[in-house]
Amino acid sequence: MNGFASFFQHLAASGIDLPYLYDSFDAARFWHGLLLTIELSVVTIAASTLIGIIGAWMQASRVAVARGIANVYVEMFRNTPPLVQIYFFYFGMSTLLPTVQNAYGQHLPLLGGFAWAALSLSLYAGSFSVEIFRSGIEAIPNATSEAAESLGFTRIKAYQHIILPLAIRICLPALTNNLVNLIKTTTLAYAIAVPELLYVSGQIWSDRGNVPEMMVTLLVIYLVLVGILVAFMRGLERALKKPGLGT
Amino acid sequence: MPRGDDQPTGWTPDQPIVHIQDLHKAFGEVEVLKGVSLDVAKGEVICIIGPSGSGKSTLIRCVNALTPFQSGTVTLMGIDVGDPNLDKLRLRKHVGMVFQQYNLFPHRTALQNVMMAPLYVLKRPKAEVEAQAYALLKKVRLEGREHAYPGEMSGGQQQRVAIARSLAMQPDVMLFDEVTAALDPETVKEVLVTIRELAQEGMTCLLVTHEMGFAREVANHIYFTDRGVIVEHGPPDQFFRNPSDPRTRAFLNQVL
Amino acid sequence: MSEGRILPVIHHVGAVLKARGLPVTRLRAWHALLPLWLILAGATAHAASDPEAPGVLSILLRWSPLLLRGFVFNIIISLLSMLLGTILGLWLGLALVSQHSAIRAPALAATEFFRNAPWLVLLFFVTFMLPFQVEIGHFTIPFPGWIKAVLGLALAIMANVAEIVRGAVQSIHPGQWEASEALGFTRSQQMWRIILPQCIKRMIPPWMNLYAIVTMSTTLASIIGVNEVVTLAGQVQAAEGGRTDLLAPIYGYVLLLFFIYSYPISVWTRRLERKYATR
Repeated sequence: MNGFASFFQHLAASGIDLPYLYDSFDAARFWHGLLLTIELSVVTIAASTLIGIIGAWMQASRVAVARGIANVYVEMFRNTPPLVQIYFFYFGMSTLLPTVQNAYGQHLPLLGGFAWAALSLSLYAGSFSVEIFRSGIEAIPNATSEAAESLGFTRIKAYQHIILPLAIRICLPALTNNLVNLIKTTTLAYAIAVPELLYVSGQIWSDRGNVPEMMVTLLVIYLVLVGILVAFMRGLERALKKPGLGT
Repeated sequence: MPRGDDQPTGWTPDQPIVHIQDLHKAFGEVEVLKGVSLDVAKGEVICIIGPSGSGKSTLIRCVNALTPFQSGTVTLMGIDVGDPNLDKLRLRKHVGMVFQQYNLFPHRTALQNVMMAPLYVLKRPKAEVEAQAYALLKKVRLEGREHAYPGEMSGGQQQRVAIARSLAMQPDVMLFDEVTAALDPETVKEVLVTIRELAQEGMTCLLVTHEMGFAREVANHIYFTDRGVIVEHGPPDQFFRNPSDPRTRAFLNQVL
Repeated sequence: MSEGRILPVIHHVGAVLKARGLPVTRLRAWHALLPLWLILAGATAHAASDPEAPGVLSILLRWSPLLLRGFVFNIIISLLSMLLGTILGLWLGLALVSQHSAIRAPALAATEFFRNAPWLVLLFFVTFMLPFQVEIGHFTIPFPGWIKAVLGLALAIMANVAEIVRGAVQSIHPGQWEASEALGFTRSQQMWRIILPQCIKRMIPPWMNLYAIVTMSTTLASIIGVNEVVTLAGQVQAAEGGRTDLLAPIYGYVLLLFFIYSYPISVWTRRLERKYATR
């Protein structure tokens, strides 16, 4: 064992037990948990943003059915608890999907815990994103879209080249807030035994009894993850900034 | 010493009521006032004019200690405004300020706006404060509108309430920071009439303004600032008819 | 019936509610999708299940009283934690805008800390760090799980309310500070007589949005063992023989309960937002 690890082992003896820093087994599962949390965050951020863009587009559509679907989706997912949504998908819906057979002839569900968590959380966060993008789009004066139309832009092209770029700049702060919440919400995957950070920390503290240390570690790590996201979004804000435009 | 306590300062009415000497003010790296000196006698009305960014608003904000300054002397009725231990309440009992954006308290009626400061700051009895408030609102010709909220009034009406609110503290000097700049032309006149009456009653007034006609008519003395210094000053007749400095002439050509 | 005459005998329910300032939930065509969704889930379960077992809807009906009681428990937790969190948050928010950095800095640290922590982690934190019971003198005060849930949520709410207060105070036009300072008001007088009264209106919509999130978050208490509606849903399924095809309808039912409670509040919040924005 190298000097780094032995230092923390001594530290454990004197009361501060950080097993993920000296024990190879605990370290492995802890860092895998962290990786899984980051993976889950990235996937849900990307998917929910995409859903948000499409949903906002549908909400502004002239086709009533599209508007209806978007509105129902938003209202359903915003007014119901994300934990129960996860349970509904994982326990409820997975029984409806076909199973696959693995090499041993066992029937396994088509989608694992991670996939259901990612799907459920993306849909949940997506509903908030739709509202955020919608408010960004509504903040753009009608005159701008009329100008685009009179220049011959189709609705999709206007959305892509003019409306969306402006809307994103306007709603970036609210979007940052939403994505911060998303990172925090990935902890719900704990409930369906996805081995993300909180879950493996729980395993470690029930093995070793070092609850306070793991708690502090968790809080610090989430603080850092959120900090990284916020820094990234601020950088994005600065990169997108145009002179004279914005609050 | 209790807050706002008025100790004699040795000031007598024959001395300038506002004395500014070699005032320097910088915001970070940018120096906005580069050594400004001026004296105002009691009862005088002076107008400060000049292009934007010349430091006019900063200048009068230094007079009532809303903006701290780096060096120089500012005294008001003998009170040293630059004193780091300045009792601000004591200063503000003697000088009132009216702002370009009126800044009325939107959650209170006109009457309450005028009553709030003497009631809570000066702790004067309510009946007296209320009577004074009614009288002041009548004076600025807003009788009958005492119970209206600022959101229900026009800009000119709000500005007159703002003037009444400052007068409620019974100041000796009134500062006006471009008070008509945010108003529609129709309502500018009603505010200027109010200020003129105030001046005629003997109130010492320092006005930062763009209204040249008003300045010519009401002021005893005009000061022209440009880029942080006073370029030229004089009585209105001489100032407007025969400006000596070429910068003054250029500015007047632009605005008149 | 003469043309255009409205007999004032029976008032339209919507008009009465509106006159009293209560939210009016108009049924729209698409609202029908919701119960349809539940029925669909139930029907699918039924199709997949043993045709001789009792129907899903009758099962749900039978267990409704229990589930509803559990749901009321969730509401109570949400109200208590919101009350505690708001009171704490108001003071923390005032500390955030204090002029003294000795007060502001620790307040900022506390706010950032509790805002960036996942709520589930906070619940675990409170659960493990607080004892089962507290002994004061001769009295033993038990600390049941739901009180820990209330405390944990209150911490998160406190930090969010502090942010709301800070945002509201900073959104007040600086002219209000200038004018009141020029009139001689002290900092404390400015805060309590001029700034904060103007803040209240702006704080209400974000505060109500926060309550909506808190309501949803009461389900996290199920993970720390509180007997609220989600835990009960699991127990109902177990009581019915652990049929996996019952899970979709039961959780669907719980989703419906939350929807029925939360949607009118969200409509009301949006109405208030619009009302305060146009003033």
